[in-house]
Amino acid sequence: MFEGFVKPLFKPVTYAASEFGRVFFMLMEVAYWTFRGPFKFNNLFKQMEFIGVKSLGIVIITGGFTGMVLALQTYYGFRRFSSEGLVGVTVALSVTRELGPVLTALMVTGRAGSAMAAELGSMRVTEQIDALTVMALSPVKYLIVPRVLASLFMVPILTIIADFVGIIGGYFVGVKLLGINEGIFVNKMVRYVDLDDIYNGLAKAAVFGVILGLISCYKGFYTKGGAEGVGKATTEAVVVSSVTILISDYLLTSLLF
Amino acid sequence: MDDTTIRIVDLYKSFNGQKVLDGINLDVKRGKITVIIGKSGGGKSVLMKHLIGLLKPDSGEIWIDGTEITKLNERELNQVRMKFGMLFQEAALFDSMNVFENVAFPLREHTRLQQKEIKRTVEEKLKAVGLLAFTEKLPSELSGGMKKRVGLARALALDPDIVLFDEPTSALDPVISLTIEDLIKETQTRFQKTYVVISHDIAGMFRIADTVAMLNNGKIVAAGSPYEIKRNGQEAVKEFLKATKIPGFAGGEL
Repeated sequence: MFEGFVKPLFKPVTYAASEFGRVFFMLMEVAYWTFRGPFKFNNLFKQMEFIGVKSLGIVIITGGFTGMVLALQTYYGFRRFSSEGLVGVTVALSVTRELGPVLTALMVTGRAGSAMAAELGSMRVTEQIDALTVMALSPVKYLIVPRVLASLFMVPILTIIADFVGIIGGYFVGVKLLGINEGIFVNKMVRYVDLDDIYNGLAKAAVFGVILGLISCYKGFYTKGGAEGVGKATTEAVVVSSVTILISDYLLTSLLF
Repeated sequence: MDDTTIRIVDLYKSFNGQKVLDGINLDVKRGKITVIIGKSGGGKSVLMKHLIGLLKPDSGEIWIDGTEITKLNERELNQVRMKFGMLFQEAALFDSMNVFENVAFPLREHTRLQQKEIKRTVEEKLKAVGLLAFTEKLPSELSGGMKKRVGLARALALDPDIVLFDEPTSALDPVISLTIEDLIKETQTRFQKTYVVISHDIAGMFRIADTVAMLNNGKIVAAGSPYEIKRNGQEAVKEFLKATKIPGFAGGEL
């Protein structure tokens, strides 16, 4: 009974639990190696450039258009009860608390997370990771720590930029295109948006950064089975990171706000 | 000093119930080339990965210069690994670094040498493998044979006592294979280190080996000089050598 019917039913659950456990162990290892010398910052800066600087373009586009469409949608909604003045504050709160961090993290996952998984995956299948081990060096320290730390630092920074561009985009559409009174638009925003809204959004962004860095590296690091395995690892890295980001977003929001 | 540098005692390893190593016993002599031959997929790579602690055995012992390594933790293993250099099957060069940086990498990570000394050492090693003119190239711009030569230079960078070779001539044409074999012999003669080579390329390896060990069905079925192995009467050895179809190898056709 158990073997035949119940066990297959629980298989996805046990699989998810064991994967979660292994990712957690990797997090512990990353934490351990983060504070153990010798410290070489070159790798970290290289990853920060790759994850941060090179994601700037898509983050600006994503943030800008999100703010713009938000202004448009909320304008149509609020106009029905003559509250167009609230468009600014709605855009600002939505972007700083929710859309800025989440969309930034998702875009970085798609761009940098997939690349990290593919790079580590091909290093695994071409034995470059074994080569590090054989040279008495920790692959976790050399490959994973810089990537996870870079995501931890860069996703919040990118989020700040996305927040800023999003609000500018909302302002442009609301004030310039739809003709909402500029004074009311800005005044309500300044009055009702606290620094805490921004900080909480950034705290979430930092967590998302660790999640996407860790999961992408994990999937790449344990790649099996040649080119096909690398492809699979890359897909899984993006899917699992994105889903985990969205789930943890709910959990964090219910805790933080 | 004891002339055995690696001693393998009753080594067992299974994957998912399938026995790959079924009681390996082997002594590797210091300062000699020992070649382990056997069928593809017969556990040669698995055996080599045990020597350097990439895999842990189910049971058995591996002694490296008097240290039993199978029970060591990662940090202690790293001490032992410093004695080793390894040339991987596909060379495993870091493809984000050029040839020079690949060979310099172990020196930068494990020594406090000045840039000038690193440059000197790297150039010496690259010269030994005949690739001094290619320092700026990326691994993706090199042929298979050149990659292996860079891999060898990198493996020799820290002057390790023991160098492991995982199928050094597989996937190479006969001419390039010959140069790699010569290079293995040449560097070994020059630096007098212990070389352990795994390969299924019998003809080439018999040319350079001091000792040949035959791995069959998870056991070392024969070990000795190339001459002794060629005249070994065991069926498994004869059958394997026969497959080369080279005159002079047990039963090889003329």
